[in-house]
Amino acid sequence: MSVLAVEALDVRRGGRAIVSGCSFHAERGEIVAIMGPSGAGKTTILRALAGLDPIAAGRITVPRPVGMVFQFHHLFANMTAHKNVWLAPVHVLKRPLAEAERRASELLASLGVAERSAAMPHELSGGEAQRVAIARALALEPLVLLMDEPTASLDPERRGELAATLRRLADEGRTIVVATHDADFARACAHRVLNIGDGRIREGAARTKPLSE
Amino acid sequence: MVATTVAHAAPRPELRWGGDAEGGAPYVEADPADPSRVAGFDVEIAQLFATGLGRTPQFIQAGFTTIDASVARGDFDVALSGIEDSPARRARLAVTIPYYEFREVLTVRAADKGRFRTLADLRGRRVATLGATLAYDLLVEAQARDGIVPVTYEDDVHPYSDLALGRVDAVVLDQILARRGTRRNATLVNQDAPLAIGHYVGILAPGSTALRDRMNAILRDAMRDGRLEAILRKWDVWNEDQPRLYAHLLQDPSPNPIASSSLAPAGGPRPMGAWQGVRRYLPALLSATLVTVTLSCLSMALAVLLGMLIASGRVYGARPLRVVLTAWVELIRGTPLLLQLFVLYFGLAAFVQLPAFVAALLGLGLNYSAYESEIYRGALEAVPPGQLDAGRTLGLSERQILMLVRAPQAFRLALAPMTNDFVALFKDSSLVSVITVVELTKQTSIFAANIGSWVVPGAMCALLYLALSLPLARVARRIERRWQRPA
Repeated sequence: MSVLAVEALDVRRGGRAIVSGCSFHAERGEIVAIMGPSGAGKTTILRALAGLDPIAAGRITVPRPVGMVFQFHHLFANMTAHKNVWLAPVHVLKRPLAEAERRASELLASLGVAERSAAMPHELSGGEAQRVAIARALALEPLVLLMDEPTASLDPERRGELAATLRRLADEGRTIVVATHDADFARACAHRVLNIGDGRIREGAARTKPLSE
Repeated sequence: MVATTVAHAAPRPELRWGGDAEGGAPYVEADPADPSRVAGFDVEIAQLFATGLGRTPQFIQAGFTTIDASVARGDFDVALSGIEDSPARRARLAVTIPYYEFREVLTVRAADKGRFRTLADLRGRRVATLGATLAYDLLVEAQARDGIVPVTYEDDVHPYSDLALGRVDAVVLDQILARRGTRRNATLVNQDAPLAIGHYVGILAPGSTALRDRMNAILRDAMRDGRLEAILRKWDVWNEDQPRLYAHLLQDPSPNPIASSSLAPAGGPRPMGAWQGVRRYLPALLSATLVTVTLSCLSMALAVLLGMLIASGRVYGARPLRVVLTAWVELIRGTPLLLQLFVLYFGLAAFVQLPAFVAALLGLGLNYSAYESEIYRGALEAVPPGQLDAGRTLGLSERQILMLVRAPQAFRLALAPMTNDFVALFKDSSLVSVITVVELTKQTSIFAANIGSWVVPGAMCALLYLALSLPLARVARRIERRWQRPA
């Protein structure tokens, strides 16, 4: 059963079509990689899924909240890694502060950055910042996690770790959509790879790995 | 032939004389059609001197409060502008014999005529006058003796209009100004009993005693043959006090046969020394410093608060709101603070009578809020859009993003320019003296006028400003540093 469905999506910017007639779906626990060169519209699709940009036509069905991890992480520069993670649970979900802080600590620990809790974003390495950003996105307990170019700031060793982390998160029941131009990474972690070019998703997307279960 | 003669004749030397045309009739009044032409009894006395000396009078405009310094510097030969004789002037300048004796009179609202007869009746009440005058000295004495509150103005029009409005309860000035004031404001009356006697004199540079003595001779001649009386009658300021003064002056040929005023100490003038002045004025300077500090801090708080609201409106508001706020900021930034203060205090007086301190606070606060808002707007727009996107994907509202993410980051960017503005506001607060708030700079100029020198008061004032602004800069740097570190 599809958790996420995109049907005939058109996104325009300044009158120019960035994405046109794009359709795909993703199931519970599935990792879908959207592959394509820079400028093909990968980021645009993720931003439309996250509700950041308006769509010109088509339909998006996705359970909110959606977790989003940006290419450059966009951790809030004025607060610690820890607060980056508990901020939304407290202010959006109205969780008690103590509970949100405890949950944030657990998330950071599960991603292996517990010891960086008190660091400010500018003090984190690219890989650390990414893991904090994943923790921040997961704090809202989203069913769908979007990741934009997650390997851009990682060395090859870290890419393998990230692939493993994503598989674990998918195994826990989350649906993950990864936009990437890194074919090795896509093959390593995705159940399915979609190719995008000129704003269109190309047919022939084959399941590269079976869904566990 | 005639033309040749004229061309070769040596031009008559000029008698350069200084006066303040802002003082107006009957002293020195500029012709509205041609401001370089002036009229008034001081103008005619200058003409009297010029004729007696065989020179052509040449008028030089000078600010009333700086006229002593101008004549001492040699900007002109003599100053005549209803200038009062005083021990300080006699000590520092060459002073002519008086050509006019005046009475200081108390002006009150007609309804208070029976209630406020003397300064002693005005305990705890505000009494207005011009700064650095005999009347001001009178009020400073009465402050200690009768507990009145002296309020100084820069001109002689607003003391009376503020009295009519109820902002002050009495005005003390000489009878010429008082008569002018009551003529303009029908609800005011002058009390008959004089509070003090003073004299108008001409002042010259300290080395010009020879010229001064020739001028004294010219004045005595004009007293004897009725020319001076004719001038004063023409300007409607002649009264029975003058013949007595002239008789006294004609009897005694010494350069300064009479006391400068009824306030001058018996046994001749004893001007105040600089250190004596420091002791006497230090308490007033310190309390004026407190006014400066309080005013600056409150104004800055107002400017920051309004600046934040304006900046938020310009960044987040709908288009009509943005247009209105932009126009407001340009209006405030494009007009002088001095004008804004005048409008708030005097211009609005017909509708709402703001107390001077409140008007000063509003004026400074509103003015600086325009500058602060521009800083905050720039800082808000400098926060990377990715930060806002991140907030949106987390489900934070725009308001939460502003309060939790955008404003704190913008504040860090705004801190350095804000500190600069606070130091600037701190110094700009001296402008509020024009609406009768006696802050540090104003108190210093009163001090300087009374002892006749800027050296010691100027140095003290500068030290007090530095003593305040240096720690302020340190505190600001510390806040900046702390803000850069992890919260």
